[in-house]
Amino acid sequence: MSFMKKPEVSHSRLSHNSLGRTLREYEGSMSTLCAGCGHDSVTAALIQAFWELSIEPCQIVKMSGIGCSSKTPAYFVQEAHGINAVHGRMPSIATGAHAANRNLYYVGISGDGDSLSIGLGQFIHALRRNINMLYLIENNGVYGLTKGQFSASADVGSKAKKGEINQQPPIDPVTLALTLGGSFVARSFSGDKAQLVPLIKAGIMHNGFALLDVLSPCVTFNDHEDSTKSYAHTRQYDRPVVHADFIQPHQSISTDYANGEIIPVELHDGSTVLLSKVSNDYNPIDRAAAYQYLLDRQKRGEIVTGLLYINENQEEFHTVHRTTEEPLRDLPHVALCPGSAVLEEIQHLYR
Amino acid sequence: MKPTDVSNPDYFHRVVDCQWACPAHTDVPEYIRLIAQGRFTDAYLLNRESNVFPGILGRVCDRPCEPACRRGRVDEKPVAICRLKRSAADQKGEIVQRLPPLPTRKNGKRVACIGAGCASLTVANDLLPLGYEVTIFEKQSEPGGLMRTNIPAFRLPTEVLSEEIHMITDRGVDLRLNEPITSMKELLALGFDAVFVGSGAPRGKNLEIPGRYDDLAHVHIGIDWLESVAFGHVSSIGRNVLIIGAGNTAMDCCRTSLRLGGANVKVMARKPLTMLKASDWEMEEAMEENVEIILCHAPKDFVLEDKRIRGLNFEILAYREEDGKLLSEVVGSNFLPADDIILAIGQENAFPWIERDIGLAFDRQDVPVVDRRTMQGTLPGVFFGGDAAFGPENIIWAVEHGHQAAISIHKYCQGEDIHERPAATLNLTSAKMGIHEWSYSNRFDTSVRRVVPHVSLSTRFKNINIEVELGFTPEQTQVEVERCLNCDIQTVFFASKCIECDACIDVCPTECLTLAVNGEEDDLRKRLKVPADNRKQLLFVSSPLPQTGRVMVKDEDQCVHCGLCAERCPTAAWDMQKSTVKIPYALDGPAESVPHPGQSHR
Ligand SMILES: Cc1cc2nc3c(=O)[nH]c(=O)nc-3n(C[C@H](O)[C@H](O)[C@H](O)COP(=O)(O)OP(=O)(O)OC[C@H]3O[C@@H](n4cnc5c(N)ncnc54)[C@H](O)[C@@H]3O)c2cc1C
Ligand SMILES: Cc1ncc(C[n+]2csc(CCOP(=O)(O)OP(=O)(O)O)c2C)c(N)n1
Ligand code: SF4
Ligand code: SF4
Ligand code: SF4
Ligand SMILES: [Mg+2]
Repeated sequence: MSFMKKPEVSHSRLSHNSLGRTLREYEGSMSTLCAGCGHDSVTAALIQAFWELSIEPCQIVKMSGIGCSSKTPAYFVQEAHGINAVHGRMPSIATGAHAANRNLYYVGISGDGDSLSIGLGQFIHALRRNINMLYLIENNGVYGLTKGQFSASADVGSKAKKGEINQQPPIDPVTLALTLGGSFVARSFSGDKAQLVPLIKAGIMHNGFALLDVLSPCVTFNDHEDSTKSYAHTRQYDRPVVHADFIQPHQSISTDYANGEIIPVELHDGSTVLLSKVSNDYNPIDRAAAYQYLLDRQKRGEIVTGLLYINENQEEFHTVHRTTEEPLRDLPHVALCPGSAVLEEIQHLYR
Repeated sequence: MKPTDVSNPDYFHRVVDCQWACPAHTDVPEYIRLIAQGRFTDAYLLNRESNVFPGILGRVCDRPCEPACRRGRVDEKPVAICRLKRSAADQKGEIVQRLPPLPTRKNGKRVACIGAGCASLTVANDLLPLGYEVTIFEKQSEPGGLMRTNIPAFRLPTEVLSEEIHMITDRGVDLRLNEPITSMKELLALGFDAVFVGSGAPRGKNLEIPGRYDDLAHVHIGIDWLESVAFGHVSSIGRNVLIIGAGNTAMDCCRTSLRLGGANVKVMARKPLTMLKASDWEMEEAMEENVEIILCHAPKDFVLEDKRIRGLNFEILAYREEDGKLLSEVVGSNFLPADDIILAIGQENAFPWIERDIGLAFDRQDVPVVDRRTMQGTLPGVFFGGDAAFGPENIIWAVEHGHQAAISIHKYCQGEDIHERPAATLNLTSAKMGIHEWSYSNRFDTSVRRVVPHVSLSTRFKNINIEVELGFTPEQTQVEVERCLNCDIQTVFFASKCIECDACIDVCPTECLTLAVNGEEDDLRKRLKVPADNRKQLLFVSSPLPQTGRVMVKDEDQCVHCGLCAERCPTAAWDMQKSTVKIPYALDGPAESVPHPGQSHR
């Protein structure tokens, strides 16, 4: 933890995004997490992604639950909207907020404890509803904030700092999301920004629920030998299978993807995700094959990363429910509350 | 790239941009910290070790450190290094007792210095504590060289000058005023063990155009004229004055003219503004006093009436660049009236008193052949320094030449090889005091550069000796010291400890750090977080990191030494360490001649 504020000085040749803002203008307050925590790298990747996408801070909604990971929203895009929910309850708040205003960019930041232990029931329903948001789990295998107890994502055989061995099978958010019909499923590593930043961008721009499971080591309670969520272990077993490049609508695509090794996926807003296969036997648009592949690799202890599955045609929550385009706050009162006569009519339909 | 060898003292020395740029390698950040702590005498003494004349240089140094200063790269303006030096000098306490002690016994060697300018004075300063008998021959009636005769008192008060000269000459120099050396041969015959030539570049350049010699009373050579003013031989000038040339001498001539009766004073430059030789601040000060600087005017001929100067005809030039060469063409002409004309177009060396058959070689420009490292001429035992060595430069270069010559003279007199130069060394000590505590002020202060107050325009012309700059107020000093970025507090990296968590990279406010796959320098510079376009600044490249084999790369260009990388690193792979560059002087030289115990002060 650093007590010093990041100085008010920046590189004199910093570039500006299309809103004329520098990267530094997408920062939040100084992190109070442990020095070297993976979550801070994820923060930096989020700053980078929002800056590159040139999104106005007032268009961003940051949501989280409880945990070190859930403190992340405080550390990026100071001027954005945000809410800290009760432990594990962020998905409901996100669902409600998104129902009320679909025109903002929603990003939920959670932890493995927050989403897979206490909040699992909430998490899977938001995913199943295909709420249009980026849902990022900073996964470290422990409850960092409460001093390092195993979380639901801890691997069998992984050793805690005090020597205890985990025996419960882990919940893997990635395979879980595939089985629940997730429309965007990805995994990355806090220590690999080249992979992480484009995934965050694609996840933000994806039209639906984008699950991004980020291995983000807890340097204080889970970075020792025999931990399967340490920096060293993650680096050793990291197997990137597909690389995603995010191409904004106005950018020209220079890559030649005629040979089938690169799959372009056009997103709702006209941007494109270019999926290049790192491993030839992986197919990120075939849910069943992807699932099989992941299970095979998991057995070998490998950590498969990249944009693992994407289906841009799956309808998101508002489309399914044919709800209004307008944010509720912009509707006239009579539209929101049409009065007892209309209520009467509706009730009549059910009689 | 190969891993950076930080054991080479030059690497971290270069990070201290000001110190590296200073010809005498003054330890700027350390003296600024001493000033910040109110330790003015200590700050003065630290300065004096390297630059010998802090009070003088704190006013008139050419300050090559300031354009080099890091603060000027991350912010608009550099730290006011020079003005802070003056703060230390103005507020210092008693220092004579703290000068290097003088030995009670002389070492039996005699050294002659020609000229009592800053170069010779430095040689004397360095050799006296070693027991040398130093004789300085000076043709003028006062010591100081151009600092006394040419730099006007409104920039450099006589008391400041005299104090720092006396600090040396009062320690037992045999100062022979009014004794010009007229024959090197005769001097050599006197049997000195070594001779140092510090006679300056005494000849002002002339302008050979029609009418030059038709009214000698009103056409002056700048440096000679300033000398006559300094010695009180000249005390007035006409109302309309043209200064030909736009270097620093021109700036002193125009401002001196204003103080002697000149009302309409113009500086005539041949070149456009961006190419003028004068320092920005000297031009600013002249313009503040309403001197007009007229550009692209080349003098053509003097206009006289009844053998009296009336003015000058000029050709107006236009410049263009072709294949990197600057070409000019005449696009018009202009007449400007003048009562007096001062030629300030440069100086050159002149050694009419050195016989050409004694073994001292001169090159085609009649400049002596001098070794840049040892300062020795082609006759063993004869050394040169200051403007006499390579033509006109400035005080701080003369001082550095003096230090190097003193090292050589000492070695020469002790029978050592003068070509074996003592190397600078660098010492590092951790600045860590606690988890978030450092032994230096690491907070970035956003204050802008303080502007030194000047005597008002209405009072400054009343007397030629009124010093225009007042120096910083204590409040200004207090703010300005905090602008220094402590470039000597180095970021030291231990590759074996790094777990590549990115914390340092993410926290760095000026994006200096990148974890990258190694490559050739050109390629690596492009791939950094902010491309390292400033090639004058070095890249630090670590050895391969344990987990991925990538390297930690640091672009030194805009590091503000805030220490956040070290605060954020979970494994202490970064540490902030104070570097101290030890510059060798004659006093550190051959051991057998180091002063005996029981020394006395004079
Ligand atoms: C107008 C003007 C303004 C300047 N302003 C600045 C400034 O603001 N800052 C700066 O850093 N530099 C300035 N300089 C340059 C600076 O003054 C010189 O670079 C510096 O003084 C050189 O020092 P020196 O010891 O080599 O020689 P000098 O200072 O020239 O001293 C040489 C001495 O040798 C004596 N001498 C010469 N021949 C003989 C002989 N045969 N026998 C005995 N004695 C002899 C001379 O009388 C003189 O005293 C200025 C120069 C000029 C002309
Ligand atoms: C309802 C409730 N139960 C328990 C807690 C205690 N608690 C706080 S954070 C946390 C676990 C957080 O783990 P995770 O989401 O993995 O975040 P990390 O700190 O590891 O980033 C727990 C159990 C709580 N705050 N609220
Ligand atoms: S306890 Fe672990 S998860 Fe929490 S801030 Fe520290 S390193 Fe990060
Ligand atoms: S910031 Fe301070 S230490 Fe750095 S170059 Fe400038 S004066 Fe020197
Ligand atoms: S903070 Fe320390 S461990 Fe982390 S990348 Fe930087 S130097 Fe390496
Ligand atoms: Mg956790």
